[in-house]
Amino acid sequence: MTINRRQFMQGATAAGAFATIPSVAQSADTIKFGSILDTSGIFEAYGKPMEKTHQLAVEEINAAGGLLGRQIEMIPYDTQSNMALYTQYARRMTRRDKVDVIHGGILSASREAIRPTLRKAKTLYFYNTTYEGGVCDRNVFCTGTTPAQQSAILVPETIKKWGKKIYVLAADYNYGQITTNWIRHYAKNAGGDVIQADFFPLNVSDFGSTIAKIQKAKPDMVMAVLVGAAHLSFYRQWAAAGMNRKIPVASTTMSSGNDHRILTASEGDGIMVCQSFSPEADIPSVKTFLTAYKKRFGNTDDIHEIAASSYDGVRLWAEGVKKAGTLDRMKVIEALETGISYTGPTGKVTIDPKTHHVTHDMHLIEIKNQKLNVIKSYSQIPPSDTQAVCDLQKNPDDTKQYEIKI
Amino acid sequence: MDLAVVVVYEILYTIAFLALISAGLAVVFGMMRVVNLAHGEFILLGGYTAIVAHNNLGINLFVSMLVIAPVVVAVFGVVIERLIVRFLYGRLINTMLATWGLSLAMIGSFSLIFGTTTTSVKAPIGSISVGAFNISGYNIFIIASAIGVIALIFAILRFTRAGLVARGAMQNADMATAFGYDASRIYMATFAAGAALAGLAGGILAPLVGIGPNAGSLYIAKAFITVISGGASVVSGLITSSGFFGFVTQIVTFLTNSVIGELGLLVAAIILLRLLPTGISGRFFKNRL
Amino acid sequence: MTSRQLVLSVVIAAIVMFVLPVFFDVLNLTTYAAYALLALSLGFVWGYGGILCFGQTAFYGLGAYVYAMTAINLGEAWGGFFLAILIPAIFAAILGAMMFYGRLSDVYLAVVTLVVTLLLFRFMNTTAGPEYVIGEARMGGYNGIPGFPTLHTPGNPDANIYDEELYYFTFIILFVCYLLTRWLLGSPFGRVLVGLRENEQRIELLGYDVRARKTAAFAFGGGLAGLAGCLYANAAEIVTPELFSLGLAAEAIIWVIVGGTGTLIGPMIGAAVLGHLKFVLGLQSIKQVFGKENPLEATLVFGMILVLFVLFLPRGVVPSIQGWFGRSLVGRFKSGSGMRRRTRSERARNGA
Repeated sequence: MTINRRQFMQGATAAGAFATIPSVAQSADTIKFGSILDTSGIFEAYGKPMEKTHQLAVEEINAAGGLLGRQIEMIPYDTQSNMALYTQYARRMTRRDKVDVIHGGILSASREAIRPTLRKAKTLYFYNTTYEGGVCDRNVFCTGTTPAQQSAILVPETIKKWGKKIYVLAADYNYGQITTNWIRHYAKNAGGDVIQADFFPLNVSDFGSTIAKIQKAKPDMVMAVLVGAAHLSFYRQWAAAGMNRKIPVASTTMSSGNDHRILTASEGDGIMVCQSFSPEADIPSVKTFLTAYKKRFGNTDDIHEIAASSYDGVRLWAEGVKKAGTLDRMKVIEALETGISYTGPTGKVTIDPKTHHVTHDMHLIEIKNQKLNVIKSYSQIPPSDTQAVCDLQKNPDDTKQYEIKI
Repeated sequence: MDLAVVVVYEILYTIAFLALISAGLAVVFGMMRVVNLAHGEFILLGGYTAIVAHNNLGINLFVSMLVIAPVVVAVFGVVIERLIVRFLYGRLINTMLATWGLSLAMIGSFSLIFGTTTTSVKAPIGSISVGAFNISGYNIFIIASAIGVIALIFAILRFTRAGLVARGAMQNADMATAFGYDASRIYMATFAAGAALAGLAGGILAPLVGIGPNAGSLYIAKAFITVISGGASVVSGLITSSGFFGFVTQIVTFLTNSVIGELGLLVAAIILLRLLPTGISGRFFKNRL
Repeated sequence: MTSRQLVLSVVIAAIVMFVLPVFFDVLNLTTYAAYALLALSLGFVWGYGGILCFGQTAFYGLGAYVYAMTAINLGEAWGGFFLAILIPAIFAAILGAMMFYGRLSDVYLAVVTLVVTLLLFRFMNTTAGPEYVIGEARMGGYNGIPGFPTLHTPGNPDANIYDEELYYFTFIILFVCYLLTRWLLGSPFGRVLVGLRENEQRIELLGYDVRARKTAAFAFGGGLAGLAGCLYANAAEIVTPELFSLGLAAEAIIWVIVGGTGTLIGPMIGAAVLGHLKFVLGLQSIKQVFGKENPLEATLVFGMILVLFVLFLPRGVVPSIQGWFGRSLVGRFKSGSGMRRRTRSERARNGA
């Protein structure tokens, strides 16, 4: 009989596990919830409140008696805004910590870094951030908003309000590239036109020549798909050149990192966004959430849309586990695919079984005096962009991220 | 026509920007043969100082930018010079490594103290219009400041006794000591002057770009390239190399986009150093200011 | 190296290789071994060739990208493995020739190498669009390239080498590269190289072509760094432009200076120890010990380490320990020459 080294190692691991049964049994008492977020570095403003809402959701579930009669233990990792650390920590979570689910990832880059790893390791993954859509993977649930929910409202509404010619400024990575294509798509449908799109790496903070170029192109509005702290300079330099009174700005990302609170009122006023959450919205589930957040963390200054949808993500997962009655990954996925819903800070969210995306209530928002004032609300918008290309019921082995073709 | 004016304006602004962020580094490198790689964080310290002085202490913005920021950073520079740099004079690479370490430590401290989000103040000067174009009026202030800074450096080195002594001490420290000047104090004062210029740059730029703990690397890379390419002569090197790089970057930016413009700067630097291995002033303005 | 030393070093390496996994995670160890190879390449180029390369990570990142893109196109790993050595080596040879034949030295050389790294960093960050594609491999911009085939048994792309196997593989490659570098330094080429570091003019007057030799040494270092990048890519299963960032370039230099210039083993140890320190500082368990405002911010700690080492231990840990025991070859050489003078190597390092 020949035993190769891997078989030997497996045998040894099994023997090791056998020898340590008491500790395994003990740690099996808690459900392990992995949280992987950038809570330091340049994406800290996004990640810190997200980690807090993970914590809040877990603590609330535990206080109400836990899940399946067991307490949830949160195992958080800080990826320090470094994409390479995502794979390193994700594998540590699956192999060493043996977590039951992983929530997190902020930038699309981080999601794409760990998605193959988690699929290989058969660890359920929730990505709870606004993103460019199209991920079709049965192991993943995307509970953030997608272009069909966001740009599909924002683009026609702003075209109606301001005019047809759009100048797009976008972050130069997959989110910015694909979102720009969606904006082109929705602009065309609404009779508008993207006359120019410029892409900027995430560390660019000087927009002087770009502002001159925009004036030369004379668009009716600027659509900003900008991400991160460096890009924030655009709004500031735009206002310094007096352009905020000449050409209006809309954005798909503004306020996700609470940018509207960092900018002064005169710099931010009039910018339009569309998202599933506003702390100013007069909705009972929003008020309940903000009260709980304030009680736990002191104030609600740092809360934002993707932190709210992170909270929803945890709650949706918990509902799935409750329904499945087990932590078995496939059983939980099947339970979630029955179309589970939850009403939380972003309103009522319902899982779409075909795409593993979520139906959202959306709000068209104008920034005024550092506040997100809701102008108009839209109820239960489906993720139709992803629905058009992805059907996990028919093709359960699909793992692609579909991109819109222009 | 309007566009041409705007393009020239943007070129002048970029040159002024490069000159401002490089001036402190150029003084320290040109006079003392020390490359301060924490220069970018010195600039940030100036920016933070101006913002805190204005936003939290309610001091007039121009006073915060033009007086308080340089003074605070100069004091900080003296402390650093006494604690670290003075032990490493004559060891160019070691000072680079030590100040690089200092730069990392300062980044860490900034994020502990101020958090990692960018902070800023509103630009104090409104916009002006050139034909159909709106341009930032604040940029004129930046161009004027850059001219002022360069004129000041030139005047001090060329016409004052302190400048003469400093230049003498840099050429021959023993001789300066023999004449009764304390070389160690001259080094300290020069380093403090470089730090003050960095603080001034940070103060002036704060309303424009916003200040975050990691922003220093944006400045140091550009300043380092500008100063080294300029060569050892403080004033002529600074003017020629920021002029060259500012021009190249903005022309490329207008023809393509700002990203390729940045790449253009880096490629131009490599070609320039290959052709002029001791910098522009090493070749054309040898032994001048 | 005598055969006795060779046997001894093999035994020590084997012991280290089998003992480390008892205490540390093999995934991390694999990464540290890749870091160590990068540090070895920089330790060779800087400590022995006297070339202060601020951008050794350019070759490291290039190796990782070449590997990932070739592996995607070929559907197997080994073509990429060899190209990841070859292409960075060629790139280093071209860059080296440009610098050394242009008589660039000291700080100017540091600037050019740093600028090249930044150039690659900026460029790779702009390649997010679908037009940046080589064969079937999208360059991915800021996202980098995930999901490429990893190393496998030659001829069988499904038999992946991962986990413990990848660790042993990486460690053995590291050790082989270490032996190769030691052999090279003992060869006539290596002796001239060290002589060149001590006194470039003298070597030139003796009739050696200094520029060609420096270029060759730089290319060898580039190849090692490229291989390190390839191994890192296999450990991380993703390559990103971060590989070319200023931060990593700084870290590589810190590893070498902490470990010790003028040795080969020092930089490798420096890389592994500091690599682990960085990992530990990112763990939330450490953060929780110190509460929310964690004073052990990784950049802060690394910065302090660099400053303290330059001030108090500029030769690095390993040479200092060797110095205390008085066993190093260099030590014997110095004590033999009577009065201790500053050697050219120290001056090169200190940049007088």
